[in-house]
Amino acid sequence: MQFFDVFLLEAVLNGVLFGGILALLALGLNLIFGVIDVVWICYAELIMIGMYAVYYLHAVFGWPLWLAFPACIAVVALLGMALHQFVIRPVLAAEPINQLLVTGGVLFLLQGVATLAFGVEFKNLGIQLPPLQLGELYLSSARLVAFVVALGGMIAMYLFLTRTYLGTAIRAISQDRAVMPLMGVNPHRIFLLTSALGGALAGLAACLLVLQYDIHPAIGLSFGPVVFLVCVLGGLGNMIGGFAAAFLFAQFISVGGYFFHLEWGYVIAFVFFIAAMFWRPRGLFGAKS
Amino acid sequence: MLALDKLSAGYGGFRALFDVSLEVKAGETVAVIGPNGAGKTTLLRAISRLIDPSAGTLSMEGQSLNRVPPHEAVARGIAHVPENRRLFPRLTVEENLRMGAFLPTARAKFAQRLEQVYQLFPRMQERRRQPAGTLSGGEQQMCAIGRALMSGPKLLLLDEPSAGLAPVMVQAIFEVVRKMSNEGYTVLIVEQNIRQVLGIAHRGYLLETGRIRSSGTSAELLASVDIKQAYLGL
Repeated sequence: MQFFDVFLLEAVLNGVLFGGILALLALGLNLIFGVIDVVWICYAELIMIGMYAVYYLHAVFGWPLWLAFPACIAVVALLGMALHQFVIRPVLAAEPINQLLVTGGVLFLLQGVATLAFGVEFKNLGIQLPPLQLGELYLSSARLVAFVVALGGMIAMYLFLTRTYLGTAIRAISQDRAVMPLMGVNPHRIFLLTSALGGALAGLAACLLVLQYDIHPAIGLSFGPVVFLVCVLGGLGNMIGGFAAAFLFAQFISVGGYFFHLEWGYVIAFVFFIAAMFWRPRGLFGAKS
Repeated sequence: MLALDKLSAGYGGFRALFDVSLEVKAGETVAVIGPNGAGKTTLLRAISRLIDPSAGTLSMEGQSLNRVPPHEAVARGIAHVPENRRLFPRLTVEENLRMGAFLPTARAKFAQRLEQVYQLFPRMQERRRQPAGTLSGGEQQMCAIGRALMSGPKLLLLDEPSAGLAPVMVQAIFEVVRKMSNEGYTVLIVEQNIRQVLGIAHRGYLLETGRIRSSGTSAELLASVDIKQAYLGL
């Protein structure tokens, strides 16, 4: 069994860990699209702002991480609400292409503002978690922490959406927006809440990513498109589909990278994506109708 | 309880209701009958504040509703079972009922009202974990009425509850409305099924091309010649 060696196992496990964080990112984007019917193209830029928030609070202002992380989540949640109130709400009834364009505009706006405010040089927290060793197997503990927390965040979101009145209202409004006032629900408030949750998920992702990657104004571009493709692959707005697609996509990247070369992992994953789009244009698990 | 005085309403530039005056007293079951396109659905949508009146007044228990936002009509005691039921198809029956009890005052009484709804519709209890979209038409209507009752309304608006149902189900739905009427619910019901709705309503209004053409007790309305000519083909 020379084929099944420890490095392959490591690649598979790394794929699972990477899939967890990818699934968290996809969940936020899918939540927004599923409920509000708008794609936040600038989603990864919210994460970038969150990463800077952690950096400045912790490394510059000296806040402890246990305080800087919740503050980052709150900041990005507020940013999500502001994005809805000032950018999405005015174009809620507009053509989908216009909605896409305004959030695309916000993408470049946030990148530009970040470049002006924070500069182009790479920044990091200077924290290096030691790798985890299991026999011959080495795993990044930052990735492991990210995986566990991302999974916890997704479970919390699932429980909120299925067990509470507000969560049920969020699922209900995605199925019939116009009838919500008859339930005594103010749709605008549910949209704001959903935007805050989408922002909070981006904030949580920022806390996890800042432990693994250097921060720079264009970092959103390194995972924003991947997250969007994962959502499309799983079926836009389909949260369960996005979850499954994230793990599938991460395996293609990780195991593909093991057999060939790291960059080939992405090539294989994207070829799979394109083929899947020919085969199932509405995503592997069906998009929201 | 509910009073409309010379109410006019419509969509954009199109006017669908003209000077409609109508009253529903506590404990009454009142029917609004009329042909397709008479403005019956628009009337209910105006009462539950989904559309704004262009003229006239709308009041509930002496308080004006004219400027109340749509989502606050429920808090004023108005529950509207809309045309085509409009359930949340991928939520379960019980989750749909939960949405009817969204307001904080209704949440406190959720368990008690759920039991009442299940008593009224035992079928809903059997299917409580099933997505509402998988129910039959009649069951969906029951679920929609149940959802409206979960808010503990003072006034129930029913928009064509028998539309599109099999004859057996039509009977069942009217039986439920009769039961609610006997139990003292205040109901304003819009129907095309004239003979049957007038069989259970105390009073009625005939709406035609957006105007009230006649009104009276159910017996009077049923007896009125023009109705017979127009709808019963006698």
